[in-house]
Amino acid sequence: MAAIEAAALGYPSTSPTRGSGPIHRRRRRLTLFRVIVFVVMGTFFLVPILAMFEFTTRGTGLGAARTLTAWRQIFDYPDLIDAIVVSLELAAITSIAGLLLLVPTMIWVRLRLPRLTRVIEFLCLLPLTVPAIVLVVGLAPVYAWVTYFFGSSTLTLAFAYVVLVLPYTYRVLDSGLSAIDVRTLAEAARSLGAGWGTVMWRIIAPNMRSALLNAALLSVALVLGEFTIASLLSFQNLQVAINFLGRANAGVSISVALASLFFAFVLLLALSFVGRRRPAPVQEEE
Amino acid sequence: MTEELGSVVDARPRQGGRRLPLAWLGAVPFLAYVSIFLLLPTAIVVIGAFAGPNGPTLSNLNTLTQDYVVASFVKSIELSAASSAVGAVFGSLLAYAIVTGKPDATMRRLVTSACGVLAQFGGVTLAFAFIATVGGEGLITVFFADRGIDIGSSVWLFELPGLTLVYSYFQIPLMVLVFLPALDGIRPQWREATETLGGNGWHYWRHVAAPILWPAFLGATLLLFANAFSAYATVAALVSQGGIIVPLQIANSIQSEVGAANENVGKALALGMVVIVAIVMTLYVVLQRKSAKWQR
Repeated sequence: MAAIEAAALGYPSTSPTRGSGPIHRRRRRLTLFRVIVFVVMGTFFLVPILAMFEFTTRGTGLGAARTLTAWRQIFDYPDLIDAIVVSLELAAITSIAGLLLLVPTMIWVRLRLPRLTRVIEFLCLLPLTVPAIVLVVGLAPVYAWVTYFFGSSTLTLAFAYVVLVLPYTYRVLDSGLSAIDVRTLAEAARSLGAGWGTVMWRIIAPNMRSALLNAALLSVALVLGEFTIASLLSFQNLQVAINFLGRANAGVSISVALASLFFAFVLLLALSFVGRRRPAPVQEEE
Repeated sequence: MTEELGSVVDARPRQGGRRLPLAWLGAVPFLAYVSIFLLLPTAIVVIGAFAGPNGPTLSNLNTLTQDYVVASFVKSIELSAASSAVGAVFGSLLAYAIVTGKPDATMRRLVTSACGVLAQFGGVTLAFAFIATVGGEGLITVFFADRGIDIGSSVWLFELPGLTLVYSYFQIPLMVLVFLPALDGIRPQWREATETLGGNGWHYWRHVAAPILWPAFLGATLLLFANAFSAYATVAALVSQGGIIVPLQIANSIQSEVGAANENVGKALALGMVVIVAIVMTLYVVLQRKSAKWQR
């Protein structure tokens, strides 16, 4: 598009069909640079992952044949399966609770309490300044009360995780909300008799679907990787279980670690397809 | 209903100021939640850092001057500085390689998704990845050992060079994610303008691109520093004993059952961390504002 424009305006085009001018030489140097960077970086990032896979397929003993035993053994550890399930549950609860807490608040603040905008932003970004290892020091006494009221289930970790995902959820939702005209949508719906619940749930939420999905998937990725808080509050989530098992059976625990890494990657890759903006359909109505 | 229609989404009070207090109620659930699970824990840390058995005291802060604590802070800062420098340089190169491709290319989508995962997925998985690569039985260790070369990773892997290498694994992807928007803000027209005025590639980078990108680059580096400084899980999974960096010291003070005094020492350490991260993040925000005007 830009190239066509440039050509039409008589600017030197960056297309490689132009022969061997200085532009063409620069283009070739750039391609070389890109290839080198991608190869070097690709090696650095892929080798450890390949090494993990290689490790999980090792047989026991010298010269043993490749085996998938480690992957099959995952199911022999009920504690590990429990931890996987509980981490998936935590991921679901955290992403939904985070959205339920933040979406209505952010819409409400935009419409009715603009003076609170900076306060909300500050509070949401605060967890970036208070590292998880610090937060957990102060959370320990708070969790004594949480256990008192809600029991000692690992799922109570969701309370802390909602705080951890706040900065990421906030940023995604903020850009999602900025992309639509919240005020006009809300005014139109309200003047047609909609209540606030309808405005949020049926008018604004569907208009920022990709932001909601984006925020939810980011939360999932974050929760599946969380170790610090769970470990120091003595809960068994996926990462804590993997770490513990790593001492007894490294093969199995590396298999699970690799699987969860892959799962998160597929989630985020799916997200990059969903997040693409489609051109707004032109609707003509009377 | 008719009253409602009169003030559809109007924040200003219509009936003697009664609407404003009601509007505030909408923010109460969020504020209450954040107060309990974010502000209260932070307050507990800050107050605890100054609390002694007999009322307020500064003695907890004295531990911050003890040798082993100073050493762990120095180690933390060294590690964060080294890994953020490495991450910033290689991350910006990778970001530049991405941005010079087609904007909607598969490569870009693949790399940014991978970066999104790898930037978050430090911790246990990362520790395992490097143990499986350059640990005692790791792929590369074994590869070289078969050829009679000892890469000596048992010496350097758990020290500064090894930890820097491990940290680069999440620092580089984070740099890509943070720096990409700044690079996207660079217009090809600026380069064309430089050339029209007779400048060459060096002039373009020296006088146009670098001054514009500099604040964003520096800001991103600071964010990387704060990120590395806060990280706990990776080193915790790699190193089982001792407290070579501050987060490990804090974890030790929580887990050991020595007594309440020790617990407050942990809070003093935590406060020290918050102060450093807060300074770094404030600088980051300032630099972000400076660079934001070039991004749209």
